[in-house]
Amino acid sequence: MRWATGWVGDRNRTIYTLLIILALLFPAIADVLTGGEGNHLVGTAADAGVFVLLAIGLNVVVGFAGLLDLGYAAFFAIGAYTYGMFASGQLLGSPLHHEFHIPFWLMLIVGMLVAAGFGIILGAPTLRLRGDYLAIVTLGFGEIVPLVVQYLGPGSPVGNWTAGVNGIAAIDPPKLPFFVAGPWVGAPIQVVKNFDFTNPLAYPMDFYLLMLVLVAVCVVLANNLYNSRIGRAWMAVREDEVAAAASGINTVAMKLMAFAIGASFAGLAGSYYGAKLSLVSADNFHFIVSVTILIMVVLGGMGNIPGVIVGALLIYITQFFVLTNLPDWVTGLASLVGLSGLNQSHGDWVGLHDEVQRLNYLIFGLILVVVMVLRPQGLFPSRIREQELEKGIAEESVFDLREEQP
Amino acid sequence: MGTWLFLVAVVLILAVLLTPKAVGNFPLFLQNLIYGVADGSIYALIALGYTMVYGIIELINFAHGDVFTLGAFLSMPLIGAFGLAEGKSTGVGVWLLLLLIAVIVMTINGGINVVIERVAYRPLRNAPRLAPLITAVGVSFILEGIMYLWRGASNVHYPDVLPGARFAVIGSAFISIKDIVVILTAIILVILLSLFISRSKLGKAMRATAQDREAAQLMGIDINRTISATFFIGAVLAGAGGMIFGLYFNSVRFDLGFEAGLLAFTAAVFGGIGNLQGAALGGLFIGLVQVFSNAYFVSALTDAWIFAILILVLVFRPTGLLGMQVPEK
Repeated sequence: MRWATGWVGDRNRTIYTLLIILALLFPAIADVLTGGEGNHLVGTAADAGVFVLLAIGLNVVVGFAGLLDLGYAAFFAIGAYTYGMFASGQLLGSPLHHEFHIPFWLMLIVGMLVAAGFGIILGAPTLRLRGDYLAIVTLGFGEIVPLVVQYLGPGSPVGNWTAGVNGIAAIDPPKLPFFVAGPWVGAPIQVVKNFDFTNPLAYPMDFYLLMLVLVAVCVVLANNLYNSRIGRAWMAVREDEVAAAASGINTVAMKLMAFAIGASFAGLAGSYYGAKLSLVSADNFHFIVSVTILIMVVLGGMGNIPGVIVGALLIYITQFFVLTNLPDWVTGLASLVGLSGLNQSHGDWVGLHDEVQRLNYLIFGLILVVVMVLRPQGLFPSRIREQELEKGIAEESVFDLREEQP
Repeated sequence: MGTWLFLVAVVLILAVLLTPKAVGNFPLFLQNLIYGVADGSIYALIALGYTMVYGIIELINFAHGDVFTLGAFLSMPLIGAFGLAEGKSTGVGVWLLLLLIAVIVMTINGGINVVIERVAYRPLRNAPRLAPLITAVGVSFILEGIMYLWRGASNVHYPDVLPGARFAVIGSAFISIKDIVVILTAIILVILLSLFISRSKLGKAMRATAQDREAAQLMGIDINRTISATFFIGAVLAGAGGMIFGLYFNSVRFDLGFEAGLLAFTAAVFGGIGNLQGAALGGLFIGLVQVFSNAYFVSALTDAWIFAILILVLVFRPTGLLGMQVPEK
């Protein structure tokens, strides 16, 4: 945290501290809130962690290096499918006629490498494009990947690799390594009940703890990258590509590296996602997912890791907790204040529950517009960017994607 | 010259791919060609709005596809209100009424887009580049939410008021009045637009603002008015596109603009974003690729072909087909 001095640095430290406390206490809080039935909430929190990982990864591409990526979900899909194909019975029906069950821990790394590889394949020919042309190339890639994945199912001319529209099911859960789970240890890690990754629905605590570790590792990695020579090169490329090139930075290599590293975070998130859900389906990786992750990054505060984490959590909570439960809450409230008549449907009125449900799109859109208009720099922007915006160091907008190729 | 060489190469590749199909069953090929041009005309109308807005404020306006859908949704009740009904209305009166409805829809649509710009994009004009992109996504959700509330989540039948007559061209290939209406509308609007941009004073102001906003301001151009006008015209074209989409396909849905918008944006980039002729050409091209891919190549991969072609084109011509190399600033 070399740059983080002054009040923004303190603020970041405060956010980190609060997040760590929240993460550690969350299972207990969930139990208290739900009267001892907190497992469902803990599972949801583990899912939210997937988006935190994705947001941290996209932040490397968009926030650090200033490349607009509108197809980030493709790398997420690649990670998830890599794990799904090589850790289930899926490939038995493929032209390979052999099923693979490679351990999860190894596949975490493999998923990262495969996603990074695809990042390089896509990036190498296209990274010389002007900013917004790059955006559309990534958007196109993001659309192509789910379509191709879906196509390579049963009946495709090259064989069934991905199970098509059904998605790959019955994916292996992670297994604890032999030296932890072996007979000489006794029951594995007694502190946490059922710590064996076999039943994420009833006992999600194992996945939750795994997610905390993954997020912590990724935060440290991203932070170190940001403060390294590479991170400073990314910043230089972002602010002025011509000047950066003139200062001896290999801009194409730096951009390619940002692209590949960002993709590898998505690959990691994808492997975890496949293992937790035990199912991957192409439907979960469309454009809207890429946009959601981008919203998380921009709304949280591009370039600032704790800001991005908060952004990811807030958007996830809004979309998958508040908006999904809002109809029930409003119905309950109506009953409470004696307006339960509203809950029944009559005529055009389909009942308060469904009426509120129909408002979801509208509410989410309004939140986005209002938050961005009130805080264009995001909720917790990075210190450097904030200075540039507030003190007017840079006259032009800071995030300028128009830079020309040198 | 590179541009022409490249265009010739693209046309040659297409010719090699399509000639066997055309020789095999020419009427079918011709029929697909007609469908493709009709679809492409609609994409072109949407793409023009994308490219104009991008040209002037460099915003990828993700809400534009939904402004297109709004055109379809606004025209539906008007068609009923003006007493047009399926199968019953004939004669010149229908055309005049439809024209009147189109003018009303285009005006309302334009007005709404001006308000959207005023509320969601103008406050962010000097903000980081990605902030208006996110509000555009927000506006897209809001518009879809409104149309969802209005007409529900499923497909809505759009009144089929155009005459169903069709004429044989060759063998079993037909061109219907609907095809002609769609294609003619697009051609007329594109011509009007290019006349407006190249001849009128406001059009000149738009070109100046797109080139250099500050310099234009120093020359006494009212930037806010010019940008509002751009949004108005973009939505007018999209509104017309939405209405003829409804008249042509007779089925609309609240989230129709999502995919159509993505493809139209692709068309705009394909032709060289900021370039009007490019957007029209790109729209036409996307429509043709879509129809031919559905008919002759793997239809499950149609969108994948479109985006793959786009990526290839950009790799070889980084500024799109007709885009110019902008000098470094």
